Amino acid sequence: MEAFTTHTGIGVPLRRSNVDTDQIIPAVYLKRVTRTGFEDGLFAAWRKDETFILNHPAYAAGSVLVAGADFGTGSSREHAVWALMNYGFRVVLSSRFADIFRGNSGKQGLLTAQVAQDDIELIWKYLENEPGSSVTVDLVSRTVTAGDIVAPFEVDDYTRWRLLEGLDDISLTLRHEQDVTDFEGRRPAYKPSTTVG
Amino acid sequence: MGVSRVRTSGDGAVSRAPESNAEEVGDVSGTLAEKVWESHVVRRAEGEPDLLYIDLHLIHEVTSPQAFDGLRLAGRKVRRPDLTLATEDHNVPTTPGPITDLVSRTQVETLRRNCEEFGVRLFPMGDAEQGIVHVVGPQRGLTQPGMTIVCGDSHTSTHGAFGALAFGIGTSEVEHVLATQTLPLKPFKTMAINVDGTLQPGVTAKDIVLAVIARIGTGGGQGYVLEYRGSAIRALSMEARMTVCNMSIEAGARAGMIAPDETTFDYLRGREHAPEGEQWDGAVQDWKLLRTDEDAVFDEEIHLDADTLTPFVTWGTNPAQGLPLGDSVPDPEALGDDNEKAAARHALEYMGLTAGTPLRDIRVDTVFVGSCTNGRIEDLRAAAGVVKGRQVAQGVRMLVVPGSARVRLQAEEEGLDEIFTAAGAEWRLPGCSMCLGMNPDQLAPGERSASTSNRNFEGRQGKGGRTHLVSPLVAAATALRGTLSSPADLADEGVDADVDAGVGASKERS
Repeated sequence: MEAFTTHTGIGVPLRRSNVDTDQIIPAVYLKRVTRTGFEDGLFAAWRKDETFILNHPAYAAGSVLVAGADFGTGSSREHAVWALMNYGFRVVLSSRFADIFRGNSGKQGLLTAQVAQDDIELIWKYLENEPGSSVTVDLVSRTVTAGDIVAPFEVDDYTRWRLLEGLDDISLTLRHEQDVTDFEGRRPAYKPSTTVG
Repeated sequence: MGVSRVRTSGDGAVSRAPESNAEEVGDVSGTLAEKVWESHVVRRAEGEPDLLYIDLHLIHEVTSPQAFDGLRLAGRKVRRPDLTLATEDHNVPTTPGPITDLVSRTQVETLRRNCEEFGVRLFPMGDAEQGIVHVVGPQRGLTQPGMTIVCGDSHTSTHGAFGALAFGIGTSEVEHVLATQTLPLKPFKTMAINVDGTLQPGVTAKDIVLAVIARIGTGGGQGYVLEYRGSAIRALSMEARMTVCNMSIEAGARAGMIAPDETTFDYLRGREHAPEGEQWDGAVQDWKLLRTDEDAVFDEEIHLDADTLTPFVTWGTNPAQGLPLGDSVPDPEALGDDNEKAAARHALEYMGLTAGTPLRDIRVDTVFVGSCTNGRIEDLRAAAGVVKGRQVAQGVRMLVVPGSARVRLQAEEEGLDEIFTAAGAEWRLPGCSMCLGMNPDQLAPGERSASTSNRNFEGRQGKGGRTHLVSPLVAAATALRGTLSSPADLADEGVDADVDAGVGASKERS
């Protein structure tokens, strides 16, 4: 995973709450067996509407998505994260993220920065008044800067550390392989096996 | 989970006899979820997530190919193929014949190759054990109390009905579990959902969970494990409990749980993967300890009165936008804050509905009975009980899709298939079907459904499709009348529908 320290890019105000992962990428786009090429499916239904924010030339090259509350609800599909990243997004700002989506993002290096709804409203207004403006997201200081607005954001310490270092979870766990083996020696014998029965 | 509040006997790394871990489990005071969590901690370190052991990893074709690719790239193996099981469900057509969509076929064939290469047991299309991943695990007895269960599918919460800690994961986590049989996890908080009283005839588990979601919202459960409790929950059959836990994710909670009891043990006894003899006795001894202690404290608690619940349906485009069937489409301007108003306006526009329209006046084109939420034998019995001897309304298509090959076989033994086809419904092969717009079973743009599935998101059942989430009883009555209806509406027409089916504590094997 690529390390993340700070990112500056065009902010995209997405004034929708409850953006579920079926909206981020509909199921028909989930058939690929790779991690790439999902940008075509990103917000597929909404992008057919010419007034949709990403169809506005000033926002089309956006990399910081500023969304309403409860972003990423529903299906566990990590394809939603791949679609956002394949398109070019590196950060999503929202006042609340769905748990599975946030976890998936952390594994892939997409920063989900939790910003108070009042600040989201201010950033929306700024980006709508000044289309194409940049937003800077600094993971070291945990702040978002958009014009004169400087807002703090929340991200848990462990995810922040992993993102800053660009660390891969599996390698981290395999450092403790002996603990796993020890645990396996203590599991009750009645626990089921998929291959017996 | 409020790990800091849990009192453990030591560092969590306790030793136990292979036959039983009763003593150790007994030393831990807390909620059900915390107990299961504590008994799976492989490693705990300051400032790091707990590393939890995973007892069962279920796999399907959509969220696993990139994970297997990752293993190959890193030269890793599947650590415990014997704790891993794969099925084909999301892409499979529910009419006879091969997968004609080339990309879908490639995805399924990729799963077959991966399972072959890494030694994972697979139930492919056409196999007598194939079915939706969350129907297959429980029906084989693989889902047991006190286990940790994961799958690259958010409806893994289904398995919590057995007192297991079960939750959906993303593909990176699938790869992590394949490689290590563990997951690093941040603590959850706990929420008690107390449902007391007695459900009225015609009101089911689906109505309970739709009412819960409407109450706490799509984000209300975020960061929580839900525990469903109370007399109305205890009275539910295992299959009904699975329906409740299945939709926990629709309230934002990754997991929902119900403490195991005699209903659970009766369901499990004798199934393929259930323990036998002395091991059964030891297991039951452990399982009986899996309940929230009286002095345990939940981070949040809500109460619901089962006596006053009525059939529930959704009117909008997220599962929290639901109301009792007797109500009308709400006026967005009368709802919550500006964001909620805006969401409701969008929803009504997408759904093609007008505020003030009685929900019972909404006409549907399609009725779907199936999915991991309501595709089990009791669900099919409930729907069959309503349509028996009646005809599906003109212009309505009704799809009945069993959750697994076994459910299909059982239904055919009981003659349910004939009841459905005589009524004019389509009797299909098992799969995820119309729950998600991925396989050939989809709504056309603008088409409206009453669906026993779990999500009414825009386009979920096909681009432009409009979904109303309902119970199997409401689905069946709606198919007959052509408008959103409950079996009670049929009684007005002199039909004595068997509205109790699927509600009680039936312990039939599927």
